[in-house]
Amino acid sequence: MLPLNEQLAVTLLAWSAILLTAFFLGLRLHRTLAAEQQKQRSVVELVHAELPQTQCGQCGFPGCLPYAEAISDGEPINQCPPGGEHLILRLARLLNEPPEPLNPRHGTPQKEPLVAVIREPECIGCTKCIQACPVDAILGSAKTMHTVLISECTGCDLCVEPCPVDCIDIVPAASQRNQRPLNRYAISRGLV
Amino acid sequence: MLSQAVRWLTERRLASFSGGIRPPRQTQRTLRSRVMATPIPQRLFLSLTTYSKQERLTPVVRLGEAVRKYQCLATHLQDSDFILHAPTSGMITAISRDTLEIQSDGLDQALTLRGSTTEKITQAAILESIGRAGIVGQGGAGYPTIKKIRLAASAGAKVLIVNAAECEPFVCCDEALIREFADQVVKGAEYLMQASAADAGIIAIESDKLEAIAAIQEPLKASSLTLRLLAAKYPAGDERILIKSLTGQEIPDSVHPAERGILVQNAGTAKAVFDAVKLGQPSISRIVTVAGAPLKTPKNFSALLGTPVSDLLSWCGFEHESHSEKSSAHFQHTDHSKIIVGGPLTGRRAEMFRESVQQTTTCVIATDKINFPASGPEHACIRCGFCADACPVGLLPQQLLLYSRNFDEHNLNSHGLHSCIECGACAYVCPSKIPLVQHYRQSKAILRDSAAERSESQLRQARYRHWQTRQGKAARRQVKQAAEPERETPFSRENAKSEIAEAVARVKEKKSGNRQ
Repeated sequence: MLPLNEQLAVTLLAWSAILLTAFFLGLRLHRTLAAEQQKQRSVVELVHAELPQTQCGQCGFPGCLPYAEAISDGEPINQCPPGGEHLILRLARLLNEPPEPLNPRHGTPQKEPLVAVIREPECIGCTKCIQACPVDAILGSAKTMHTVLISECTGCDLCVEPCPVDCIDIVPAASQRNQRPLNRYAISRGLV
Repeated sequence: MLSQAVRWLTERRLASFSGGIRPPRQTQRTLRSRVMATPIPQRLFLSLTTYSKQERLTPVVRLGEAVRKYQCLATHLQDSDFILHAPTSGMITAISRDTLEIQSDGLDQALTLRGSTTEKITQAAILESIGRAGIVGQGGAGYPTIKKIRLAASAGAKVLIVNAAECEPFVCCDEALIREFADQVVKGAEYLMQASAADAGIIAIESDKLEAIAAIQEPLKASSLTLRLLAAKYPAGDERILIKSLTGQEIPDSVHPAERGILVQNAGTAKAVFDAVKLGQPSISRIVTVAGAPLKTPKNFSALLGTPVSDLLSWCGFEHESHSEKSSAHFQHTDHSKIIVGGPLTGRRAEMFRESVQQTTTCVIATDKINFPASGPEHACIRCGFCADACPVGLLPQQLLLYSRNFDEHNLNSHGLHSCIECGACAYVCPSKIPLVQHYRQSKAILRDSAAERSESQLRQARYRHWQTRQGKAARRQVKQAAEPERETPFSRENAKSEIAEAVARVKEKKSGNRQ
């Protein structure tokens, strides 16, 4: 039988060892969880970086970030028509999933880049399309003519539906690329 | 004694690089005749495109205007370093987006040139005459010489390298140039050295160009330039590879060599600089090799810019009809043209009647079916590794092929596809006849597109965030307005009067308080 103070010392030592171990184990667990969370967030970020950022909502989610979050929660990766086949391949490689063809329920990929064009004489200046455009590609103010910034437009056709006079067309971008404002001015004046 | 021997040996060692190929030269027939000045062609087609392909020169002459030789025809609106002069006198008969057509009058009426008469020329004067002459690099890319000199001078130019290493088969315009105009090339190189304030100057010639080496010895004695011989390998003439073999320094592909103080200029550019500084003559002609087995007399021409390629070929005795008949009998299904503009390894198949001589045109080749067999079926890669041995920049072409077939963006980047100089050495040695360079070009284009798409999508995201913030603000404002009840007391004259009176009283009180 050990003396009392020695018994006390051993007990203290044992308890402190147990507590220390528990503390470090807890720390370890916390770190692992934090890392897991980090990874989860970074999956969303990585997927979000791949998505085309047209914010068109064709995937069934209101914007690219919600869809990225949904993908990291297990939503299929084949619902983004603007991204097309290349996007599906990139996402498949990123998430280590088998690539699948684009889900036709969400639309068909654009064969060529499209843009919206406002038939300017018919525009009444209601600003409804400006509010609808998620990438701020429409310029104009109340009761004045609006126009589309061709270089910023993604051709997502979200502006077509709100227009009360149906003066917005979706046309191939190639037909509009060279129609710079100056050029159009020149054409209207018969300078070119 | 021993150290002297070692130095003697090292001085005689050829500058070289790892990898590369040694295709047969095929220049003997062409070099048999001297450089010949062409007759003035009836029509000249001058290109308005610049090295970047996006920017274009703007014509300063009108349709139907009569122009004289050396007259300025087109310039860049923002950048005065791009300038185009008339190679001969005549009339402007067509102006399109890319080309300007001159119908020559055969009189060759020239504006008078003001060359320098003094022996000593200042650095500023040299720079000015180079800039005014509109000289661009004659080696391949066509970067304006004045820009390159400025870039090198601002980085503290260490060395000027005159690139006379023509490594491709058939091409011998630089060899002919040095053989016949060695003193002018050396003088031009000295002007370039003075303009960029470079410490040293090197003329690099491949060791198998014996006539050029012999011709340049005499003018070099009186100059501060040194001659370095290169191993006769393809692609010794590539800018970065040339620098690596001469100085041992590797330039990363994100940096222009001139930014590191190394100015590489083609021998033809040096000659053009001599003409510009000494004679005040703008850059209106260059030496072009016209070669190929179907030609009766292949030779080097001192051709005016804009000379149609078909004219060059006909002056060399190119039998167009019989050639096409023969070839159509042999290759019934090949639709590609039989003319190559540029070197056989880096050049492009060209439409014979649409091409003309540009400042960067080194060579025009009429192909035959022995040296340029129709590309047969592509076989599977047998992983022999010949391509990795041949690659002058030390890439792994077979891995890159695999990744470009799968479009593995990540691995293409990590295996350094962006460093590929598209020299075609890998495809030349490939026993399976795989057109590797085509795959790389395609992959590079796709990578470029996807990088552009990504930067665009980031812009869109930023705009979307702004839009979201605005929508949020509008929504909050609506909620606030809905929550706040309307003001109970409606507007009336009495209310307004009493409010004004209150305000006036407040102000008076404040003022009296201040005075106290």
